[in-house]
Amino acid sequence: MAELTYREAVAYGIAQEMRRDPSLVMLGEDIAAAGGVFKTTVGLLDEFGPERVRDTPISEQAILGAAMGAAMTGVPVIAEIMFSDFLAVCWDIVANEIAKSRYMTNGQVSFPLVIRTANGGGVRFGAQHSQSVENWAMMIPGLKVVAPSIPQDVVGLMAASIRDPDPVVFFEHKALMGAKAEIPDGEIVDELGTARVAREGTDVTIAALASMVPRTLEAAERLQLDGISTEVIDVRTLVPLDTRTLLASVEKTGRFFTVEENPRLCGWGAELVSIVAEEGFWNLDGPSIRITTPHIPLPAAASLEDLALPSVDRIYETVCKSVESGGGA
Amino acid sequence: MSTETHIDDRYDYALREPRLPPPIDHSLAEASIDLEVRIGMYRTLHELRGFGKRAHDLFLQNLVKGTTHLSLGQEAVATGFGAAMQPHDYTFATYRGHAHSLARGMDPGAAMAELLGRENGILGGKGGSMHLTDASKGMMGSYAIIGAHLCTANGAAWSALMRGTDQVSVAFFGDGTTNIGAFHEALNMAKVWNLPTIFVCENNLYMEYTPIDVVTAVDHPAAGRAAAYGLDEILIDGNDPDAVHLAARDAVERARSGGGPSLIEAITYRSGGHSRADPGKYRPPEEVGAWAERDPIPLYHARLLSLGVEEERLESIQDEVAQAIDVATEFAKAGAEPDEGSLMTEVYADGGSRWRN
Repeated sequence: MAELTYREAVAYGIAQEMRRDPSLVMLGEDIAAAGGVFKTTVGLLDEFGPERVRDTPISEQAILGAAMGAAMTGVPVIAEIMFSDFLAVCWDIVANEIAKSRYMTNGQVSFPLVIRTANGGGVRFGAQHSQSVENWAMMIPGLKVVAPSIPQDVVGLMAASIRDPDPVVFFEHKALMGAKAEIPDGEIVDELGTARVAREGTDVTIAALASMVPRTLEAAERLQLDGISTEVIDVRTLVPLDTRTLLASVEKTGRFFTVEENPRLCGWGAELVSIVAEEGFWNLDGPSIRITTPHIPLPAAASLEDLALPSVDRIYETVCKSVESGGGA
Repeated sequence: MSTETHIDDRYDYALREPRLPPPIDHSLAEASIDLEVRIGMYRTLHELRGFGKRAHDLFLQNLVKGTTHLSLGQEAVATGFGAAMQPHDYTFATYRGHAHSLARGMDPGAAMAELLGRENGILGGKGGSMHLTDASKGMMGSYAIIGAHLCTANGAAWSALMRGTDQVSVAFFGDGTTNIGAFHEALNMAKVWNLPTIFVCENNLYMEYTPIDVVTAVDHPAAGRAAAYGLDEILIDGNDPDAVHLAARDAVERARSGGGPSLIEAITYRSGGHSRADPGKYRPPEEVGAWAERDPIPLYHARLLSLGVEEERLESIQDEVAQAIDVATEFAKAGAEPDEGSLMTEVYADGGSRWRN
């Protein structure tokens, strides 16, 4: 057992896979000598050398184009886009090229690549360095989308993403970088498309992602004191989506909530709620409720950002009010 | 009171001074190019021309839907490069990619069937005219949003270095691409990583419907930017297969031997419009006429005759190619509509499109 922070788990997971597969390479801005601006790639240059761990210019299109071309010609790649907001700069290559080329060519080419990126708010970086954009990736056919909340999942899902033959967008949450946990010894490989029941409960189901998972768990502790038994599902991978775990939980509890960091419209929770509405309707005892960031850009001031993101208080109060009223929020 | 606007030659491009083709460099007849290579290029020119004309005809017959972007008039570029590349090299093209695909050995029947949206198309009907790909021939795709594929070509070149092969990666693109950011990102990275990437700008003088010079800061949209990336300025006659072939040979040799990337600007002209929707009326008629006189096929026909190739041999090549285009057309027309089940396949590597359990 080793205790690792979330940020250390990133390098730990990558190193595990680079040792396994000598052809695996990575590229990105400041990832080599500097070890990444979030220190998520510390030590990789030393262990694997400059041919496999490459610094790039500030050229997001060139980075992802290089990843695409290498992957489609037999070299698996991990590409880092420093902040997920910057995906907008190279979204053509993600959404139009990488995601669609397998389909357009009827399966002639494959893209064994992972796009790692620091996602999410809570760190006072303002509107252009704090967004939660996992829903951008979720809505593009051809991509897989992963967003872990705990160090062990960072390692295991990183390994699964790297070994997956499809392109994976891997969202590392900025606000979780310092979170610590014990990691089991030996090789860790998880499975995409599997949610994790982070806390078992019988009265309500709350689906959360990334930094919203610890907040939801904290809210669940408080709800328990009020006699509300809360099941917390860490969705972990948006594509493929583990609807079985979600629907089974709703069948048990009869109530469904989502906690989403993304702005309101078209957040991933809307898709989950619609699936529950279509396929779990007769198990529901009340409306499904989405707890999200309002439909606004994120502000920089700490007090304002705290108001915007779903907080433990807001999660607790929303669920309490809904349960007490026997339905509506 | 009239407020009639006066549209002069600054805005009505057809009124501009025509930009005329360069004179033919007859000394290229003396260039050291094997005669059989030249005869092969003559055949390729006809294959590309025949395919393009047939695609045009099939569009008018409403058998090709959507749009097509033809290389009619520009075939010498794909031809000259095709003859300089090895089968294991990589090609990346734009939506105007039929010529480059065929020049790398894509089966013309499978290409034509793809234009017709048939099951026997090279992409099973899923890609269409703008996305011709044959990975088995190193033809790694035709990309319909300009710029990105230059970055992707770098990736294939990087991959070749990582795998220790001597493959080179060639990206073809138009003059319009030189004004998008990805062009500049790709050139910079290719140079600093010393990648075996060859960037080939087919400057046909128009970015879609607008003359390239009115929207570009330098006279030569690609060559004029080369110095900014530490590259040589290479400007060639893109309507002369020998000029293209020589430049291609040099660039391929440089890339293979570790000399890094090249940027080549080939001046050419498209006989028709940008796409099927475009009659090309924005071009001065005198200009269109002058470039028609500089069509690569008669030029090359005359050159081969001057080198002693018999007219009969050239005629028999033309006949063989014409037959092959007919065969390809029949193959395409005989194809079935794609199977309905194929709609949901090949989104992911497991062959399917499943996004949930």
